[in-house]
Amino acid sequence: MTELQETILEVKDLKTYFYTKRGVSKAVDGIDFALKKGETLGIVGESGCGKSITSLSILRLIPTPPGKIEGGEVLFKGKNLVEIPDSEMRKIRGNEISMIFQEPMTSLNPVIPVGEQIAEAIRLHQKMNKKEARAKAVDMLKLVGIPSPEKRAKQQPFQLSGGMRQRVMIAMALSCNPEVLIADEPTTALDVTIQAQILELIKDLQTKLGMGVIMITHDLGVIAETCNTVAVMYAGNIVEHSPTQNIFDAPKHPYTRGLLASLPKIDEDKDELYTIEGSVPSSYNMPPGCRFASRCPFAEDICEKKKPELLEQQDGSKVRCWMYSEEWTAAKPQQGVFS
Amino acid sequence: MLMFILRRLIQTIPVIFGVTIVVFIIMQLVPGDPAVLLAGEGATSETIEALRVQLGLNQPLYAQYIDYVVNIFRGDLGTSLKNDQPVLDEILIRLPITLELAIFSTIITIVLGMVAGIISAIKPYSIIDTVVMVIALLGISLPSFWFGLMLMYGFSVKLQIFPVAGWDSIAHIVLPAFTLGAGGAAIVARMTRSSMLEVIRQDYIRTARAKGVKERVIVYKHALRNALIPVITVVGLQFGALLGGTVLVESIFAINGLGRMIVDSIRMRDLPMVQGGVLVASMVFVLVNLLVDILYRFFNKRIELN
Repeated sequence: MTELQETILEVKDLKTYFYTKRGVSKAVDGIDFALKKGETLGIVGESGCGKSITSLSILRLIPTPPGKIEGGEVLFKGKNLVEIPDSEMRKIRGNEISMIFQEPMTSLNPVIPVGEQIAEAIRLHQKMNKKEARAKAVDMLKLVGIPSPEKRAKQQPFQLSGGMRQRVMIAMALSCNPEVLIADEPTTALDVTIQAQILELIKDLQTKLGMGVIMITHDLGVIAETCNTVAVMYAGNIVEHSPTQNIFDAPKHPYTRGLLASLPKIDEDKDELYTIEGSVPSSYNMPPGCRFASRCPFAEDICEKKKPELLEQQDGSKVRCWMYSEEWTAAKPQQGVFS
Repeated sequence: MLMFILRRLIQTIPVIFGVTIVVFIIMQLVPGDPAVLLAGEGATSETIEALRVQLGLNQPLYAQYIDYVVNIFRGDLGTSLKNDQPVLDEILIRLPITLELAIFSTIITIVLGMVAGIISAIKPYSIIDTVVMVIALLGISLPSFWFGLMLMYGFSVKLQIFPVAGWDSIAHIVLPAFTLGAGGAAIVARMTRSSMLEVIRQDYIRTARAKGVKERVIVYKHALRNALIPVITVVGLQFGALLGGTVLVESIFAINGLGRMIVDSIRMRDLPMVQGGVLVASMVFVLVNLLVDILYRFFNKRIELN
């Protein structure tokens, strides 16, 4: 693992809302995290928890309207990306911060040869002529392990398999040596065997190029495989932010514990998996207190009334839960964990 | 690609044969006897009978048809009953005029339609979008004979910018081409708009944005090419409607084209002229469709696999 260095990307109190006919959807509601050089930060959570919106907000790719970044800062090398002009933002996109998406099948332009799509990114950000950019594109295809890259570069996306297309996306994202790579569920749409290859590839290239990676996923397996730290998101908030080891060995937030408990284990013979009772509150109408309170087996009066802060723990974890506050521990002894 | 063009060319042969059959049968069904008409009023029945034999009208239908097709291959579309000129010669004089009109109208259809569609799609639901789409709706709804007369009244009679009728200069082309192209332009505008709005939501547009591509380049390079695929089909279909439209527009603006020739010939019961005119118009339509297919394929390489 690369040595962790200075922070390159910092997200502070980011709020992204969607203004629709049904009302205001607070998809991302006050998110904080920091990414260090060479680090992989996982953002995990179920569908609709705001993890993709968070990643799109960093590059300001939220469709506006209806979406809008309502507050907070995204600090990248001292610049607040929320405030810089569009022209400056475009210089960062695909160059210093790149992104790969969940859907390799639809994320490439169907009428442009893949090599040209990669070359486009290169020519936008680097002083290269058409020929040099094409050659670099072929090199990138080689780097991501596509056989006979010269031939593939000239092909249309429909002539490539899903795994290949995701490799092309990665080649495109990495073609300008970005400092940050945002991978939004890069393996969700792929076969299991291809998934492992793609994750391995991202990890390899990260070590080679020394970039910070934000890995967005709903798959705790992917987290365990790739991440140094993990932010667990629930209903537009981060509820737990911990070193990866802690998440698996000592999960703290009841939601994190529930997530882990609901994973099937290879050494256990169970007919029914654990489920977290209830459902996520509507993003149009969030409760005033803890957003998990209605589903939490430990919830007390205060949980419903007041939203807890992200509380720092001794082992380096941060958790947004009243159970870890001084008041709570003073009032009653530590609760037992799930069994 | 070459194989595809060849295959499509071969496929047009039965279509053209079909056209000859349909044209031939329709003309048989037209009421009125050409021999009677040609002989003129007060002709004796012997004269009429002699004309019949001369024209081959006494032969059985299938024999007439075979004669007809064989002659087509010889480049002989018959002689006009009206003035004894070879039909092909007449058509060759008039076809370029109609093609010129059709091509200019198509250019208006494509350029005006696409530009309007793109302008609308860039800012959907804005005032500009609404105005453009209302005009497009008018364009579709207005009948071309009325629209042509209004243009003629406004620009030729009142403002005297363009000549009223005829076909001598570029200035003569403007009003008829606009009359003929306006309806198509409106359809293309609406099609381009909805197709662009559909494409702009696609994942690959987001990918292009994430690469740092400028909005303008996204519209013209990444979105338009994909959006044009369905539009090309519409333009191709529109060309057929356009050929039909030349009949009206040529009559209104007194242009000596193929369409007007066909109308006049129908009025005169000049059977060989009508047959020849319709046949040539159909062939042009078949060829244009072929061209559209090839273009469609050029824009959408995915079809090659199927």
